Amino acid sequence: MKDRPQAHDFDWTLLAIVGAISGLGVAEIYSSTHASAMAGLQYRQLIWIAVGIAGMFLISRIDYHTLLDQAPVLYAVGIATLLGVLAIGHSQFGAKRWIALGGGVNLQVSELVKLIIIVVLARYFSEVRTDRLTLKDIVKVSLLTLIPVALILKQPDLGTAMVLIPVAVVGVFLAGIEWKHAAVGVVLIGILVPFAWHMRNHLKPYQQQRIQTFLHPEEDQRGAGYQILQSQIAVGAGGFWGKGFGKGSQNQLGFVPVRYSDFILAALAEEQGFIGVCVVLLLYLGLILRLVDNAQKAKDKAGMFVVMGVTAILGFHVLVNASMVIGYMPVTGIPLPLMSYGGSATAFVFLALGLVMNVRMRRFVN
Amino acid sequence: MAPWTVNDTKIPQGRLALVSYLSVALVVMLLVGFWKLQVVQSGHFADLAERNRIRYIPIIAPRGAMLDREGRVLVDSYPSFSILLLRDEPKLLEKSLPQIEDGLGITKEDLQQQLDAAKFEPKFQPIVIKPAATQGDIAFVESHRADLPVLELMMVQRRRYPHGQMLASAIGYVGEVSAQELEKSDGHYRPGDIVGKAGLEHEYNGTLEGTDGMRRVVVNSVGKAMRTLDDVEAIPGKPIQLTIDEDLQEVAEADFDKYSKAGGLIAMDARTGEVLAMVSRPTFDPNDFAVRIPPKEWAALNTDPQTPLLNRAIQAQLAPGSVFKVVEAVAMLESKAIPANYTAYCPGYATFYGHLYHCDHAHGEVDLHKGIVASCDVYFYNVGKLLGIDRISTFAKDLGLGQRTGIDLPGEEPGLVPSEEWSERVNHHKWWPGSTISVAIGQGPITVTPVQLARMITAVANGGTLISPHFLKDATGLKPASFPLSDDTVQQLTDAMWGVVNEPDGTTSGTVKLQNVDFAGKTGTAQTESFALQAKLGKHIKENGWFIGIAPRRNPEIVVAALVQGAGWGSSVAPIVRDVVRAYYDKKNARTQQTTADNPQPPPANRPLVATVGAQHP
Repeated sequence: MKDRPQAHDFDWTLLAIVGAISGLGVAEIYSSTHASAMAGLQYRQLIWIAVGIAGMFLISRIDYHTLLDQAPVLYAVGIATLLGVLAIGHSQFGAKRWIALGGGVNLQVSELVKLIIIVVLARYFSEVRTDRLTLKDIVKVSLLTLIPVALILKQPDLGTAMVLIPVAVVGVFLAGIEWKHAAVGVVLIGILVPFAWHMRNHLKPYQQQRIQTFLHPEEDQRGAGYQILQSQIAVGAGGFWGKGFGKGSQNQLGFVPVRYSDFILAALAEEQGFIGVCVVLLLYLGLILRLVDNAQKAKDKAGMFVVMGVTAILGFHVLVNASMVIGYMPVTGIPLPLMSYGGSATAFVFLALGLVMNVRMRRFVN
Repeated sequence: MAPWTVNDTKIPQGRLALVSYLSVALVVMLLVGFWKLQVVQSGHFADLAERNRIRYIPIIAPRGAMLDREGRVLVDSYPSFSILLLRDEPKLLEKSLPQIEDGLGITKEDLQQQLDAAKFEPKFQPIVIKPAATQGDIAFVESHRADLPVLELMMVQRRRYPHGQMLASAIGYVGEVSAQELEKSDGHYRPGDIVGKAGLEHEYNGTLEGTDGMRRVVVNSVGKAMRTLDDVEAIPGKPIQLTIDEDLQEVAEADFDKYSKAGGLIAMDARTGEVLAMVSRPTFDPNDFAVRIPPKEWAALNTDPQTPLLNRAIQAQLAPGSVFKVVEAVAMLESKAIPANYTAYCPGYATFYGHLYHCDHAHGEVDLHKGIVASCDVYFYNVGKLLGIDRISTFAKDLGLGQRTGIDLPGEEPGLVPSEEWSERVNHHKWWPGSTISVAIGQGPITVTPVQLARMITAVANGGTLISPHFLKDATGLKPASFPLSDDTVQQLTDAMWGVVNEPDGTTSGTVKLQNVDFAGKTGTAQTESFALQAKLGKHIKENGWFIGIAPRRNPEIVVAALVQGAGWGSSVAPIVRDVVRAYYDKKNARTQQTTADNPQPPPANRPLVATVGAQHP
């Protein structure tokens, strides 16, 4: 038995997959932006990756039990930050999501809250002694999750708010939800979704429009439906082999919306074809399976829940983003982890992976 | 360590495995989705992507020019710039409007109206907000490319009518293709295309309009052109050469300008039907239509009681007055219903069917020659009564009245030649014999157009050939009608019309005689209201004056028909016709002098030449 985590316990396989995905992302960011006013964006992404990796090693050194110990404090800090950003945060694209860190760097606080929710829910689930969740547990978990969800919705940021929910859902499932409770939950959702649909008029206009656009993309080809249609055109036009690096007309001429970020998979699909998409999606599948493997090998339930919280968020991101690109889901502003350009999002993924490493490195530690 | 960290190692392996399977299933689902787009529907989307980045910009083909018979330009086209407003980005557009209003001098209302009009057009289709950009406008757009990306310049071909109002009624005008024309064209036209709307512009639109070219440009997502792929050159429209003689046209226009009264004129080569000059008053300047006529001006032109858009040479349907006496004389001589030496006594009036009918003078004993020369109404009242309406109307129709001449202009009116059958069909009562007395002097229900009278008089002078009036220099397929007249009839009537111009008791009182030109003609003075109504109104409404002139009197080379509404007497219209005929002979003689070797003297440059070549008749 070892007393200290060892370097060879670090999950180098996972890191290799992460490296491959990030590399493809940087290359596609370059391809999408090199001929535009945003040329050079790939360097900034590289810096964020470097910062993320450093953060990842840093966070892997702090015993996750120590972090889980501080869960109530972290939760309070998370809620306070969300309230703070609503009060003093600055707007960009009509939403208050950012807090200035100085030096022109803005932190998207909801990314931080994602990490906190992973830790808080892991703490809660590991306190459940049995492998059966009571109804009370489920209500508590729901409340813990829905408070930050509500605050993020207020920013408004529908996408990020939604991302927190899978952490709870996956957690509840693994913690041992009773089938009858699950059934009730499914029925409740079955009632709530039509209700929410009925209440859609209370959504922000941009949210209404996104839903409308999702349902009828062909109606407004130069407006919001334009984005999904152009994305589909890019994907379809790529064909099996792709048009080649830097040769996608949809991408290069800017028909693909935010092609370096939310729609980077569409840009890649056009230039690298179905083959490229297979490589990317299989890399993500490898990432998810490797994460689950880490969860299975965790020393304790707490570690398992931390890893699966990260898995839930990353899996959800990939699922929703890829679905959006091919028109299976509305535009929600959820980026593709590690590939889409974005500082806070990239940093979050590496910090989350730091938590995973943390668990893995301590699986043999007493 | 906190109490919660009890080493609970019971990991739910089964449920974790389920999560793995679910992940695999979801990735497979996504891959199926990509497969559908990238493999199954790849062709469709590749096509959409291709269309996406290529935009077609039309290169407007210039319309063909119109030339006169000597190749002088009457109408042409010139390149100009239109300012386009891109409407892809509504927010940007909204913000830019005030600056655009200032910079281009367009009122807020006008701009808003144009935007509203295009509300249902696709947003990516730009609208033309200024069709004829000035140098200043172009400079404004060029210098604001960065902050006003919603403005764009487009090169267009614009119609130019260098002579303004001259020949406008015949030339017509161009304008944007209408919704109905668009539909009818079956894709031939696009919105905003310029087409001939009236006159020759309309008649020969198919020849004049070219085929627009196309420039394929690669555009980015907001439609900005990034580079040109290739050009399909525009094919310019073909020019047409008209039979118009600009010199004669100018003479006729100048005469009408002196009158400033409504009226019309047509001058033709009497042998071929080539139209040498055509005037209509009041008229318009087709240049006003060439850009975009403001709705107010258009409404004014359309509702003007003076009807400036009416081409009176072919569309004025009016009573011919005494010109009609020639038709009656033909009927009298050809039908032989009345002896050729028939005479009547004119005391200045006559009574028929209990009504009193006037004459201008007491002409005394009148025969056919004097009846035409002095235009004695009483003589023709009697002739008409003896002939009867149906004989009159048959001859009138045979001489081309009451029907379109087939001139190559849209909208020609037929006029009307009444008959007993017509009275029963239209008025639902038997023909009143009293009406025959009116028709006998070209009054009553009979109406004709100037071009019909020109053709009729020509036929009388050439032995019965009804020429086909036309504007196109190398017109083909003309089918002149024929209504053979006896030499005797031709001789009698042409001599009488010579007398109108040249004999002392002629209705022109010798005022329009032309030296060395065998000039003949007939005056007409048509009341617009009855004497009774005029008496009731207590004022004299001036009559419409006609003069139809030919030269030489037999087998004429030129025929000129002129109408001046409210002129008073036909004799006051005759000088216009004389001037055109004189101009024709001056020109002809100048040409002859130039080509005659034994005459070394060149024609004086500025002074109109007096005719030196004599008439070819006895």
